[in-house]
Amino acid sequence: MLQDRDRIFTNLYGFHSPDLEAAKLRGAWDGTKFLLEKGRDWIIDEMKASGLRGRGGAGFPTGLKWSFMPKQSDGRPHYLVVNADESEPGTCKDREIMRNDPHLLVEGCLIASFAMGAHAAYIYIRGEYIAERHALQRAVDEAYAAKLIGKDNIHGYPFDLYVHHGAGAYICGEETALIESMEGKKGMPRLKPPFPANMGLYGCPTTVNNVESIAVAGTILRRGASWFAGIGRPNNVGTKLFCVSGHVNKPCNVEEAMGLTFRELIDRHCGGIRGGWDNLLAVIPGGSSVPLVPAEQIIDAPMDFDTLRNLKSGLGTAAVIVMDKSTDVVRAIARISYFYKHESCGQCTPCREGTGWMWRVLTRMAEGRAQKREIDMLLEVSTQIEGHTICALGDAAAWPVQGLIRHFRHEIEKRIDDYAANPNSESVMVAAE
Amino acid sequence: MAKIIVDGVEVDVPAEYTLLQAAELAGAEIPRFCFHERLSIAGNCRMCLVEVKGAPKPVASCAWGVRDCRPGPNGEPPEVFTKSPTVKKAREGVMEFLLINHPLDCPICDQGGQCDLQDQAMAYGVDTSRFHENKRAVTDKYLGPLVRTSMNRCIHCTRCIRFTAEVAGVPDLGAIWRGEDMEITSYLEKALGSELQANVADLCPVGALTHKPESFHYRPWELARTDSVDVMDAVGSSIRVDYRGREVMRILPRVNEDVNEEWITDKARHIVDGLRLQRLDRPYLRENGRLRPATWQEAFGAIAARMKGTDPKRIGAIVGDLPAVEEMYALKLLMQSLGVANIDARQDGTVLSPAYGRGSYLFNSTISGIEDADAILIVGSNPRIEGSLVNVRIRKRWRVAPPPIALIGENVDLTYSYEYLGAGPETLSDLAAGKHSFVEKLKNAERPLIIVGQGALSRPDGLAILSAVAQLAQSVGAVKEGWSGLSVLHTAASRVGALDLGFVPGEGGVTAREMAQGGMDVLFNLGADEIDIAPGAFVIYQGTHGDRGAHRADVILPGATYTEKSGTFVNTEGRVQIANRAAFAPGDAREDWAILRALSDVLGQRLPFDSLNALRQKLYADHPHFAAVESVQPADAAAAVQALAGLGGTPGREAFTSPIKDFYLTNPIARASGVMAECSALARELKLEAAE
Repeated sequence: MLQDRDRIFTNLYGFHSPDLEAAKLRGAWDGTKFLLEKGRDWIIDEMKASGLRGRGGAGFPTGLKWSFMPKQSDGRPHYLVVNADESEPGTCKDREIMRNDPHLLVEGCLIASFAMGAHAAYIYIRGEYIAERHALQRAVDEAYAAKLIGKDNIHGYPFDLYVHHGAGAYICGEETALIESMEGKKGMPRLKPPFPANMGLYGCPTTVNNVESIAVAGTILRRGASWFAGIGRPNNVGTKLFCVSGHVNKPCNVEEAMGLTFRELIDRHCGGIRGGWDNLLAVIPGGSSVPLVPAEQIIDAPMDFDTLRNLKSGLGTAAVIVMDKSTDVVRAIARISYFYKHESCGQCTPCREGTGWMWRVLTRMAEGRAQKREIDMLLEVSTQIEGHTICALGDAAAWPVQGLIRHFRHEIEKRIDDYAANPNSESVMVAAE
Repeated sequence: MAKIIVDGVEVDVPAEYTLLQAAELAGAEIPRFCFHERLSIAGNCRMCLVEVKGAPKPVASCAWGVRDCRPGPNGEPPEVFTKSPTVKKAREGVMEFLLINHPLDCPICDQGGQCDLQDQAMAYGVDTSRFHENKRAVTDKYLGPLVRTSMNRCIHCTRCIRFTAEVAGVPDLGAIWRGEDMEITSYLEKALGSELQANVADLCPVGALTHKPESFHYRPWELARTDSVDVMDAVGSSIRVDYRGREVMRILPRVNEDVNEEWITDKARHIVDGLRLQRLDRPYLRENGRLRPATWQEAFGAIAARMKGTDPKRIGAIVGDLPAVEEMYALKLLMQSLGVANIDARQDGTVLSPAYGRGSYLFNSTISGIEDADAILIVGSNPRIEGSLVNVRIRKRWRVAPPPIALIGENVDLTYSYEYLGAGPETLSDLAAGKHSFVEKLKNAERPLIIVGQGALSRPDGLAILSAVAQLAQSVGAVKEGWSGLSVLHTAASRVGALDLGFVPGEGGVTAREMAQGGMDVLFNLGADEIDIAPGAFVIYQGTHGDRGAHRADVILPGATYTEKSGTFVNTEGRVQIANRAAFAPGDAREDWAILRALSDVLGQRLPFDSLNALRQKLYADHPHFAAVESVQPADAAAAVQALAGLGGTPGREAFTSPIKDFYLTNPIARASGVMAECSALARELKLEAAE
């Protein structure tokens, strides 16, 4: 269990003011100048030593990512882009940071930009996040007013921070699509290579980081890499915001140590599963794009990147979606499939054509209106999408379907049998309708 | 150079090559839909996936560079597989996805037989479908009179979008919506506003965009092909003429890196119906003010009777924009033998003349040379309509890294940004005197290019203007060792050939305009339709269409169009090219050189050749450079500039205007074409809208 003194986001629930003064009392902006004076290399080494893995879903080591930026500018400016386009279904951690602890993010932007030689950073915020946009902008304005950031700030490192509003497309959370969108184009992922670290925003070296990865940077540097690395399990260290939703008694956002078990997470913070542990059906542990894990496998599994990967799922954004036995799991995945069909950008063939196909087949399967051989066909279609697309949306669309078939094939088959047994059943009439 | 192993074959390729290029070099064929050599890389069809050793998933070979591949653990060259089971499976998967929403309407699709999807489905498709849902239906779009849409068939390769945005330079096509709802559209249901729009139908790998004017007229396997050159402008684009039986069915571009790359203008492509309409298919004679059909004997007899005893000083010959070198040569010889000095091929009144050297009237830099220029000045020309593919080259150059480009003349949209210096000769004089800031940019340039159009030259003060341009070229060092940066952009396909032949007034002769104004008893008009001939003269019109020239004629001799004869054309660069015969001239119409040869017999001045070969032998003996087909005989531009600069003179004050008022209706063939008329009407509408 994470001690209160080890929490980074001490105002996650908004019990205190998000203002600069209050944030300073909580420790933000404390000794930032001192940190910067230790130099770029120190910051990057410290971030590497902390073992922080990117909080946006893929879990790529943040310090390593920062070190990919060219050490010397070749005349082009460097940019930091913060990905606040938090659109993954189930995920709502960045929202709370921007609402209640925005100064941690602003400070993190300064530190990260300094570490990669960027004098400007952009925060691309999801279009639907209206209140968060205002809160964040207020924090940025406060920081400017207090000369914490800006051309001529007290840290002696000219730095500008801009908040850019998206228009609410899921695909714009993909880093290159986000860059395209920010450049004013249609949000469609770019081909890689070249990677953003070489050719990013406006063709300049750019690093795109998740809000949480950036917001924890200040505290990690202040308290030391070893503190952060000492929390959690090897290779899966530090604290992490978990967003628990679904069939638990008290859904919540909570900062916890990586690697606590699912049972601990639910019992301690969410008041248990609705109807008790026996009622648990499955869990999607990392946002809609990772495969679900059935109850018996997840209950005592540590919630971290490596364990969940071994369960053929992933920690993703740590958006834990809990489903109890009342869930129509086929319909649930069909709905997720619809989401990906709706959010596919349409650029490359497998995703454009395949997501709609999967959704249509799944919709029929949810009713049972399908053939059993179509289950294998669906699995094959999903593998035809996976790994053949420009960005990871194709993978993200395929995985939930694969997870469903892997663990709940019997459920689909039962559905098909039921339908075949009584194909023309009238739905029960509801009185007085 | 980098080493790479493709399917076990080691090749050495430049590191900037893509895997697709490297694989082609190694002899492995890679299917593709979205990739096109001349457009930016989209990488979205996913058909070209290949397996790279060590990579976790297949990569798109069109976008993946050789230098992006990691060498093996012991420094072995990276290895690529294009035929492995993984690759085959990936491609089959992509093909299946492409086909699930593609209608099964090949039997009624115009692309059938020339369809990339059809071809590749043979290699990567399966014979049954696993897709049991409804197929996507997309509303067809209106894209103007040249491009028919059938959007159900679209596979979203975005080639058309990239072509219009990158090559044609108009923002008229784009994609709206997202995912499987994505649609290619012009947003506003309006016609494409480019003179190159029909190329999108060539680019479309499926039948979503097809050629509207010729839709449902043929199947590609019914056609035979002839390689030829286009005569609609002086660029001389390489084309192939496809015909069925006697009839030309379509015209397609041919790849020619030096001239048109692989694009042609809409006019070059869609005048096909003009080749069969309004044709002169028999000789005519004017009797009592009315033209009546006649036999060749009657026509020749009437000419001979009229010519007999006429003073050669009162005989003239004008040549229009479309005749080939052969008939102009025959006409010149005939006129020489008759002692006529009044010959002229410059019906638009341009002042260009072989007297100042060949370098004074050629596009000396060559069209592909535009890509080397690092500062461009356009004088009195609207290259977008006078030589669309020259404009495409300038745009291509501009897209690489914009050089300083400036224009004197009409302030029009050229699809790239330029500095507008002024409207007329005064600005030019300022420049020549070094009193303008742009002169510095030209001077600082390593290879400055000055393009002069007919808008500046086909006017009474043209010579003074040309001289001022030459002075400017001299002062900025545009013509020097290794770079000839003074280029004349012609508008007529036959003009350079005529100037090469010396088809200009001889000793004591008068120009075309003077002849047309009067003073002639007999005027031989070889296809000149853009000039008004005053009443009085007896006009013999030899041409192909019942157009302006034929209406003024007293005798009409029906000739052959460029698709109906083998003829030499010299483009604005001085490139000698041969148009080959695809079909036969209708009715009694004959090849033009043969008509002149027959007429010479009647006039008692028999020309010394009985076959086209004999004519060409004599032509090549007199003018050896015509024998060097497909090449440009470089001219001495320095001497020409010297000669022109010495002329001096004071230009007038009138602004430059383009000689082409309507891009779609510049010659008799185009004016006979219904498609061109439709395009022209539409363009006028667009212009009116823009002016509002």
